Amino acid sequence: MHIKETFPELYKIRRPVKREEIRARLGDKKGKEYWRSLEELAESGQFEEFLHTEFPRQAGEWDDEVGRRTFLKLMGASLALAGLTSCSYQPPETVVPFVRQPAELVPGKPLFFATAMPFPGGAAGLFVRSNEGRPTHVEGNPDHPTSGTPERPLGERVAATDIFSIASILSLYDPDRSETITNRGEIRPYSAFLGEVRTRLDEMRGRGGGLRFLTETVTSPTTAAQLRSILAAFPGAKWHQYEPAGTNSAAIGAQLAFGQPVNTIYRFERADRVLSLDSDFLSCGAANLRYARDFASKRRVNGNKTDMNRLYVVETTPTNTGAFADHRFSVKPSQLEPFARALAAALGAPGVSTDMSQYAGVAHAQHIAAIAKDLQGARGRSIVVAGEHQSAAVHALAHAMNQALGNVGQTVVHTEPIEAQPVDQVASLRELVGDIEAGRVEMLVIVGGNPVYNAPMDLALTKERLDKIRTPDGKDGLRIHLSLYDDETSELCHWHIPETHFLEAWGDTRAHDGTVSIIQPLIAPLYRGRSVNEFLAAFTDKPEQSGYDIVRDYWRTQRLESLVASQPAAAAAPAATPEGAGGNTHGGTSGQGGAGGQGGAAGQSATGLGATGAGASASPSPTPAGSPNPAPASTPSAGTRTGGATTAAATFDEAWRRVVHDGVIPGTAAKEQSVTVGGDWSANLPPAQTASGGGFEIVFRPDPTVYDGRFANNGWLQELPKPLTKLTWDNAAYMSLNTARRMFGLNENDYTFKGREFNAPLVDLRYRGQTVRAPVLIVPGQPDDVITVTLGYGRTRAGRVGTSTDDKPLGYNAYRLRTSDAMWHGAGLEVAQTGEEYLLAVTQLHFNMEGREIVQSNSLEEYLKGGGDAGHNVEGGASVATHKGAAEVVGKETHKLPGPDDTLYPNYEYKGYKWGMSVDVASCVGCQACVIACQSENNIPIVGKEQVARSRYMHWLRVDTYFKGIAENPEGVHFMPIPCMHCEVAPCEPVCPVHATVHSAEGTNDMVYNRCIGTRYCSNNCPYKVRRFNFLLYQDFETPSLKMMRNPDVTVRSRGVMEKCTYCIQRINYARIEAEKEERRVRDGEIVTACQSACPTEAIIFGDLNDEHSRVAQLQHERRNYSLLAELNTRPRTTYLSALRNPNAEIHGA
Amino acid sequence: MPQIFHRSTNTLAKLSIFGSLFVLLFITWAVAEINRSSWNTGAYDEREQPVQFSHKHHTGDDGIDCRYCHTSVEVSSNAGLPPTKTCMNCHSQLWSDSPYLEPVRASWRDNKPIEWTRVHDLPDYVYFNHSIHVAKGVGCSSCHGRVDEMPLVYQAASLQMEWCLECHREPERFLRDKSEVFNMDYQQENALAENKTAAQLENGRRKKAEYKVRPRAILESCSTCHR
Repeated sequence: MHIKETFPELYKIRRPVKREEIRARLGDKKGKEYWRSLEELAESGQFEEFLHTEFPRQAGEWDDEVGRRTFLKLMGASLALAGLTSCSYQPPETVVPFVRQPAELVPGKPLFFATAMPFPGGAAGLFVRSNEGRPTHVEGNPDHPTSGTPERPLGERVAATDIFSIASILSLYDPDRSETITNRGEIRPYSAFLGEVRTRLDEMRGRGGGLRFLTETVTSPTTAAQLRSILAAFPGAKWHQYEPAGTNSAAIGAQLAFGQPVNTIYRFERADRVLSLDSDFLSCGAANLRYARDFASKRRVNGNKTDMNRLYVVETTPTNTGAFADHRFSVKPSQLEPFARALAAALGAPGVSTDMSQYAGVAHAQHIAAIAKDLQGARGRSIVVAGEHQSAAVHALAHAMNQALGNVGQTVVHTEPIEAQPVDQVASLRELVGDIEAGRVEMLVIVGGNPVYNAPMDLALTKERLDKIRTPDGKDGLRIHLSLYDDETSELCHWHIPETHFLEAWGDTRAHDGTVSIIQPLIAPLYRGRSVNEFLAAFTDKPEQSGYDIVRDYWRTQRLESLVASQPAAAAAPAATPEGAGGNTHGGTSGQGGAGGQGGAAGQSATGLGATGAGASASPSPTPAGSPNPAPASTPSAGTRTGGATTAAATFDEAWRRVVHDGVIPGTAAKEQSVTVGGDWSANLPPAQTASGGGFEIVFRPDPTVYDGRFANNGWLQELPKPLTKLTWDNAAYMSLNTARRMFGLNENDYTFKGREFNAPLVDLRYRGQTVRAPVLIVPGQPDDVITVTLGYGRTRAGRVGTSTDDKPLGYNAYRLRTSDAMWHGAGLEVAQTGEEYLLAVTQLHFNMEGREIVQSNSLEEYLKGGGDAGHNVEGGASVATHKGAAEVVGKETHKLPGPDDTLYPNYEYKGYKWGMSVDVASCVGCQACVIACQSENNIPIVGKEQVARSRYMHWLRVDTYFKGIAENPEGVHFMPIPCMHCEVAPCEPVCPVHATVHSAEGTNDMVYNRCIGTRYCSNNCPYKVRRFNFLLYQDFETPSLKMMRNPDVTVRSRGVMEKCTYCIQRINYARIEAEKEERRVRDGEIVTACQSACPTEAIIFGDLNDEHSRVAQLQHERRNYSLLAELNTRPRTTYLSALRNPNAEIHGA
Repeated sequence: MPQIFHRSTNTLAKLSIFGSLFVLLFITWAVAEINRSSWNTGAYDEREQPVQFSHKHHTGDDGIDCRYCHTSVEVSSNAGLPPTKTCMNCHSQLWSDSPYLEPVRASWRDNKPIEWTRVHDLPDYVYFNHSIHVAKGVGCSSCHGRVDEMPLVYQAASLQMEWCLECHREPERFLRDKSEVFNMDYQQENALAENKTAAQLENGRRKKAEYKVRPRAILESCSTCHR
């Protein structure tokens, strides 16, 4: 029999895929139809081409400068020389031990130190892994209120991290960081800086006034105390704060509602109904780690838990939160406040006119009654949350609604502000600019931030304006800038002082609930920078005090020992119990990924960095920078997390050790405040803005990956596909489909710019007299006539990665359209076509899965009735094949699925461990922290924009986005993290001619780099498209600082080698070796993969499927469990839990 | 018509056909031998060190345990190289003015580490873990040879993958009691048994079961050593 007859399916696949056919094929199934991109929906020729070419066009082509002839010549020569190279010895290496080895440091065993990353709106508590003194990976601190779960019992705590914290490790080692102190362009010593500052200050002291500090939002208690004491010493001095993307409107909104600044904390774990007014509380940043975890905990339906929260989102531009909503309402920015007013009226909130007739014209008015009813049905168990980017009025309305719903004190908690000095930051900047214009400023000290780049245009700090900083007698004033990079602001300042990275210096910061963390350095400053505290000391009478002393002195005055002593039970526990025994928390003594290799450990091998440097910088040093002696006071948070500070601390030093070790200072959470919204709060409120007739509205948003521009030089974040749009290395002007059709003359059936591939048309955006040129990206769900621009691009002095030049543009600068009266949105934008095009590297089309049903989703109602297509592959699914009866639970089969014996290979019995992973699509919020965590853990390189456009990006884990419904306003979006499935019957394995990819006895699909010759057959045969090939030499083997960043337990791959997810095999090996030494099995939860450790919603669970009580085995028995492409009988070890939605039956069509 | 080639060329032709076969075989054999030779693997090559340190003297003559200097061998992947402090424990008293020890004293004085020459250098894609081998009854001398008889340390094995697999396939050939792991003289004692191989195999099998050494399939999996 011909193979064609045996496997007719194989031959069908090459035919062009027709939409109708797929529909017909899927028609009889319960599956919902999903589409990943507009191109797919449009059946455009280019998409079909994509489907049928294994690698995107040119992906396999050699098109470097070198021509084919030269290439052949070179190949000939290298063939001839190949024999010679194999005759050489390995280059001799040296091994460099310590002179005095620190007690806690064991070569080959990583240590974890608690620290925190300052971020606007609240810091995330971190556990940073240190391999022989080099920080290499960032994970969350399980005891921290934002990133961890301190309310859970010890041993069950987990932590999470966001993309910014994880990627900060790359910023630390960024070779483009500023290295030297410069004065008017010349390198100078710090003493010269101190000298000039002293002289000037002495002059000014006589005159009084003229000194101005401009900082970002300050949450650090020490920094605030320093600034206050400086202000006291210089009576005329002023402290201004400006942050382009901070949480300023929330603060002003609270002021409006309550008459005093309050910080609001939401308790999503108690909320059954949530309404978001343009709040993107599920994306990366600030408190969102906490919120995403709590929200997901109410959303998961597992085992006996059958209730689920419901999320309504009203938003102006598609976000992850909107994607996750049960009901999403897309509105123009100008329509949001009227909607909020109407809803507040329906809920009977104080200060809102209850005359419903005046809200008739509000967008989505027909649904307001249903939403209000649903929210009122959950009094005290609902939340109305307003977005950071909404006006003060919307925030105040949200507060009023929460009060009317009885949520205050239940799901909504008001506390003192976490900012040291809450101010209206725009007003603060305006005041500073006014003072400069009026000649009242003699010395401007810019502490961090980049205001020259990111100030609103009407308050721009231009050179002309800054030159007005003068002394009264007409001499030049002094402008000083402290920052990590020599950036746009440094260029216009007389003095530039390099700042230390937070992993290099002591400091303190507050979490979203006010809890203080001490920032502990992991390494001595690489470039002799100064921390904020050390820098500010220059303006005090102790100008050269070390950061360590400053922070300690401050906490000595705060009587740290009494703070610690007052919290004996709860807070002492983490330090008292040996965490390693449970091994359930990340960063416990389980110390993942620690088995040091022979190859690359810098502390032991001189092939890394300068050998002597390794010893000196090896230990977190609380003594002044450069001191060779390892620090006695720094305490490893994990390795020695046994015993130690068990009793209540009696002395300051004991308390200090404890808080540095734990990463949190107990009892420092902001105090709760009892505030009420008065009935007259809205008395002076101007009527809601309405769009001034026609025209476009503009929405500003911080970029999802480079934020306000501070991460522009971070290649990991640049290359991370932005959630929903999957755009990399650029920002774009988001436009709705209808708007684009109208503007570019597309037909009804057009979903893309035909014939333009990835080239997007460039348009001129004109707003308030400013023009920028931006590429257009059609985004499903964007409201019509609204253009969203993201901030943070178009940098002119960011570094080699982030600088945008004319030859090599990198996004456009949206700050140039921003004015102080329209910080987040405004009306009156003009959009003009230019006829030019621009290449956008979008990963959306890549690695498509041929229209098969990949994401499975159900409504809660349908699911509880026993319906739903989830679990359709349980029968025969390898992971649960041994557990009979699972199929009966489902009692349903939609695919003709292969049974356990339908295979050409003999079935293999996995006797020992059987590693598997479960991914919950219902919990995934698409934040992509897993992608960055994987990149950091597994030494994954970045490839650059041009290579991404060819689909050559190297992420081992990708997060696919699936849309559902009509393109103009998709009903639902699901995110699906796709790592290697580790198929038991892996299609990639039999096709490798050199056995470079083989199966291990525990069921992982191993990749052996040293065998791989780069045929790419495996990738060709992988149905999940998870294999990545090093087409070119993407790794940087040259830059010394980047060598220090690498994980020594993972091979650094070179050109011509295939690679893919290994299930973090280094962490598996580490835990297994530790277990075997103790002659026991690996415990459940002892191995935490990098992606799992980052996930804020616990959507990724890894473990042993042979252990029936393991979490992963239990999850794979859930009814919702299904395998991807189960009909192929690849028997993937990674399985998915289908998505669930909980729509309100009373609302239709939204 | 006269023949162009002489009759003897027939023999030459046959010879060259078979001869080339032999030559090919010889080249294959030679390449394999060269590959395994110590010239290629670096085995038995005594490496110069910055300090004239003799393992023979310290271990063999003085009887210092391996773990006195290689402190992390039982807990970490890395056996650990002693910091200068360890040398100075004794040598601040003994031979405290010997010119041979000047590099050690200099290191101590200037706080600059001694840069030793690496002897056992595995490729960077191989991840070896000392602690698990020691915990399962693999003796130091099984891989490192009689270090107590080496004035200057050399690599006593090829460190090639086939050499690793010898043990990963049949650990019973090499396993010993945990108490004997640091005994440099172990093979000698064992040799006293009448049938050395049979005794080792029997003992090894017992130890393999006792220490729960994992089955061959797992020890042979690529990801056990390569990541």
